[in-house]
Amino acid sequence: MGLMERLFARTGKIAWGVHPDERKRPVADLPLARLPLPRRLFLPLQQHIGSAARPVVQVGQQVAKGQLLAAAHGEFSAPLHAPTSGRVAAIEDITAPHPSGLPCPAIVLEADGEDRWGERLPTCDDPFKLSPGEIARRVADAGIVGLGGASFPSAVKLALSQRSAVATLIINGGECEPYLSCDDRLMRDFADEVVDGVRIVLYAVGASRALVGIEDNKPEALAAMREAAKPFASIEIHAVPARYPMGSEKQLIQTLTGKEVPAKGRPADVGVLVHNVGTARAVHRALRHGEPLIERIVTVNGGALERRGNLLVPIGALVEDLLAFCKLAFAPQRSLARLVMGGPMMGSLLPHARVPVVKGTSGVLALTADELPAITPGPCIRCGYCSKVCPMGLLPLEIAARVHAGELTAAETCGLTDCMGCGCCAYVCTAHIPLTQYFQHAKGELAAQQRIKLRQQHGKRLATARAERLAREAKEKAAIAAARKAARNAAKAAAAAQAVASEEASA
Amino acid sequence: MITAVLSLTLLGVALGLMLGVADRFFAVAVNPVIAQVEGLMPGSQCGQCGFPGCSAAAAAIVGGAAPVTACGPGGKTLAAALAAKLGVSLDLNAVVDSGPKQARVAEEICIGCCRCGSACTSDAILGASKQIHSVLTEVCNGCGNCVERCPTEALKLQPVPVTLTHWVWPKPVAA
Repeated sequence: MGLMERLFARTGKIAWGVHPDERKRPVADLPLARLPLPRRLFLPLQQHIGSAARPVVQVGQQVAKGQLLAAAHGEFSAPLHAPTSGRVAAIEDITAPHPSGLPCPAIVLEADGEDRWGERLPTCDDPFKLSPGEIARRVADAGIVGLGGASFPSAVKLALSQRSAVATLIINGGECEPYLSCDDRLMRDFADEVVDGVRIVLYAVGASRALVGIEDNKPEALAAMREAAKPFASIEIHAVPARYPMGSEKQLIQTLTGKEVPAKGRPADVGVLVHNVGTARAVHRALRHGEPLIERIVTVNGGALERRGNLLVPIGALVEDLLAFCKLAFAPQRSLARLVMGGPMMGSLLPHARVPVVKGTSGVLALTADELPAITPGPCIRCGYCSKVCPMGLLPLEIAARVHAGELTAAETCGLTDCMGCGCCAYVCTAHIPLTQYFQHAKGELAAQQRIKLRQQHGKRLATARAERLAREAKEKAAIAAARKAARNAAKAAAAAQAVASEEASA
Repeated sequence: MITAVLSLTLLGVALGLMLGVADRFFAVAVNPVIAQVEGLMPGSQCGQCGFPGCSAAAAAIVGGAAPVTACGPGGKTLAAALAAKLGVSLDLNAVVDSGPKQARVAEEICIGCCRCGSACTSDAILGASKQIHSVLTEVCNGCGNCVERCPTEALKLQPVPVTLTHWVWPKPVAA
């Protein structure tokens, strides 16, 4: 810890991050609405980090709400369930909700409008009688992934904590991204369910206490959560300063516990596990009510919309359906300039509106030209604002200069791998340099180089294996030939001996 | 007879010792860099560089007879690694690297002649006689040996398709 951080730690101020215009209200104060059930749902097989799920249904099959559509494949994976009843119309490639606009395989479900539940997952009245392993298994079966945005399979995290001791469970209610208020709404409307989910997760990981971190710009959510958590001494609700990126795992841990997660390390290294509030509620719904993860709250916001708000959306609904429900504005000065999935800081640009809402979608933003930043980059004037705001304590200007020069390895030694892409540096950059894009590009290039390296090593192993196999086969062939020759010679000698013997006998 | 045996044994031991000593003291030093460079090469012995196998190519590159960009399948990454190893300056932007490639069989033209399979340096081609052949894309290293052997031009090298996990953000246009 440097001198400045020490000083800031004492004064209780935070030395990193930015505070962009929140723009969360009035959307956060509007009651939760439900999106009318779309006629078709598009469910990508990969909505999580890890390997894609494998379909277990046939095209044309009738499925009930909550029925398993695709099973988890491998250790890092999550299953997929039907968000409503209907018919599997197709299993085909659709556009992924990703800036590249590349296709991804998905199950297309045609809703029959009945919304008829099938068999639910096993429920239990007292989850605290189950073993932690059983809870992790049920969470895995419910297809729950981290709802904060990273979409890491939650059960893997629960199981991971059984291997390394977790002293503190942190529940992330930070929601630091501007525009988004889905977690705020969730905590206001379902505080009891969130707290129950926290208790279950707390029991499953064997931690002694849970700290719920909520930014102080959400007083209603704080009050609701405090009320719900009153009977439980092990759950503490903490107001944390509203500062972007407070909702980032490492920053929240540091603010709440004072511990710093080491570079390239995981929160488990400091005895902490972090789950999102939405994930906690999903765990409650799965264990108490047997509901798999088939819907979520999505903030629909942005200047280009007539109607904004938080919607309960079935997974697989198209962004187009959301925009149709919220109606794009007619006025030319409010025309749609950019569609973003997630928050404006870290969300991903959408190629068009015909992409589905997935498990990790926290918001859909329809932004007007006025809401977009200036994009004509100038030369770096070395003002150093970027390094001041970087929550990881990096020097973004130095890293970007190296990436710009094509020196990726040098960028890596400058700490590129510790960058989490929060975008604070690009937000404050006086020269409007797209710093985050430089870092994303460099990370992708480095990963590609690593893949090529692995591929070449793999190829080399195969080539050696082939050479060995050819040598072995040649040897075996020679041995067989030699054995045959020996057998032939022996037969010849035997025949000769017999001939001699018969000659002698005849003589 | 004992004299003969003894003298021959002595002679053998003495000559053996001499050979051993000569091996130790008069050893011709093989440039160890060649072995290191060979370690960096793909090792598929495809021969596209014009040298018989990767060790000959490594010797040529170290000796200066071939440029560091000689290896096609190795691409830009290998060229950069070799340049760093040998201390050669290299303009990476000038290196033409169309990215990783892999072979694909046009199934409607394949006649199942089995010539490609025996030419494959990494056993990436599956197929029996008079059956349509197929390339295991995970295994194919894109050396292109099979393409030359195919009598019907059913085999072609194609760029590895870009998927969501492979996609890379483009570099920002310079300020």
